[in-house]
Amino acid sequence: MNASASDRRLQLREQIWGWLHQVPDPEIPVISVVDLGIVRDVQIGTPANIDAADQEVQCTVVITPTYSGCPAMNVISKEIIAVLQQHGVSGVAIQTRLSPAWSTDWMSEHGRNQLKDYGIAPPAQQVIDISGISRKRLQAPKVACPHCGSMHTLCVSQFGSTSCKSLYQCKDCLEPFDYFKAH
Amino acid sequence: MLDKATYVRRLGDNALILSQRLSEWCGKGPALEEDMALTNVALDLIGQARLWLAYAAELEGAGRSEDQLAFLRDAHQFSNLLLVEQPNGNYADTLVRQFFFDAWHYFLLNELAKSSDPRIVEIALKSIKEVTYHVRRSGDLIVRLGDGTDLSRRMVQQAVDQLWMYTGELFSSDAADQAMVQEGAAPATEMIRTQWLQHVQEILGEATLQTPPADAWMQSGGKQGKHTEHLGYLLAEMQFLQRAYPGASW
Repeated sequence: MNASASDRRLQLREQIWGWLHQVPDPEIPVISVVDLGIVRDVQIGTPANIDAADQEVQCTVVITPTYSGCPAMNVISKEIIAVLQQHGVSGVAIQTRLSPAWSTDWMSEHGRNQLKDYGIAPPAQQVIDISGISRKRLQAPKVACPHCGSMHTLCVSQFGSTSCKSLYQCKDCLEPFDYFKAH
Repeated sequence: MLDKATYVRRLGDNALILSQRLSEWCGKGPALEEDMALTNVALDLIGQARLWLAYAAELEGAGRSEDQLAFLRDAHQFSNLLLVEQPNGNYADTLVRQFFFDAWHYFLLNELAKSSDPRIVEIALKSIKEVTYHVRRSGDLIVRLGDGTDLSRRMVQQAVDQLWMYTGELFSSDAADQAMVQEGAAPATEMIRTQWLQHVQEILGEATLQTPPADAWMQSGGKQGKHTEHLGYLLAEMQFLQRAYPGASW
């Protein structure tokens, strides 16, 4: 491959990452699928494990599910294809990758701030500890209220309005709020 | 290969059938938070069921898809544990069933994450993050209800006593299990039993409940396709659409 073709590929790859920033999460439209850490890779050209006869494929977007049953994954795939098509990238393949498993550690600082502004407490620093289940271990994490900033909050339910959230309440301003679980 | 297909299909069937049972609570939970929690757990399990069944379908190499495995098999072709097909009953029955299953699921996935099969590792590592939430919640609720009022305590104890006979099967081992253990692809069931029993005794103890004797008589057969009468009714509802309108999609 000559240098200019290689440059063009790099440039396209960067552009595609930029366009993907415009694809919102369908459940929490304030954050993009890139800021959420769902998009893992963008590959230009036909990858080896996709039918080589399919010459139409210009790029492959690798995504990872947040929770294994998340119903938004199909919508996200469709939205990615639609947005890239609008920008003239017609042959888009979506590849789902399970490993390494998605973690809220991959959420960008920008994304965390957007969640907070939207009224959802961003994930605490520590991801879920899967090393043991004894009740003697640390339970629900300390979470700051996204409305008033108080740490005086209570976990009402480990499971909230979507798989990725818990339900909390602030004991100072009394507002209920969603907490994006560290995962 | 066929032993592995059997083993992986069982994992998928357990997640699928329990997910279907839990989804029967949708809109009818005793409290809004409980309704959401049960349906969230059901959603995680259906996602895990898809991952396992898709892999099982590949392993058996018969050209069937995960959907065909879920919707076009009859009761005797399902290999889920008897525990997960038991009816929802009252809320204590649902919670105790969940607690017994979640604890087993957690310890099993924890070992499957070290499997010699990379695909099993991948699915186990994805699932265990979700299952850690499940088992913490069900353990907490057992303690809250067991160490609660006279009525709640009595009902949870009754559920423990009634469901106990279905817990032996969690640790039964047949040719498929043994082949997987030999390959280093799955843990010995005896090891999971020890961890499970210890956790169950700890939680039931804290909940001021009696743990039934470990050597009590146990019912089994689910893994070999011999089910209780409840599974047929569950499948009739779950499979209705695909049976009535074969190949329907949206």
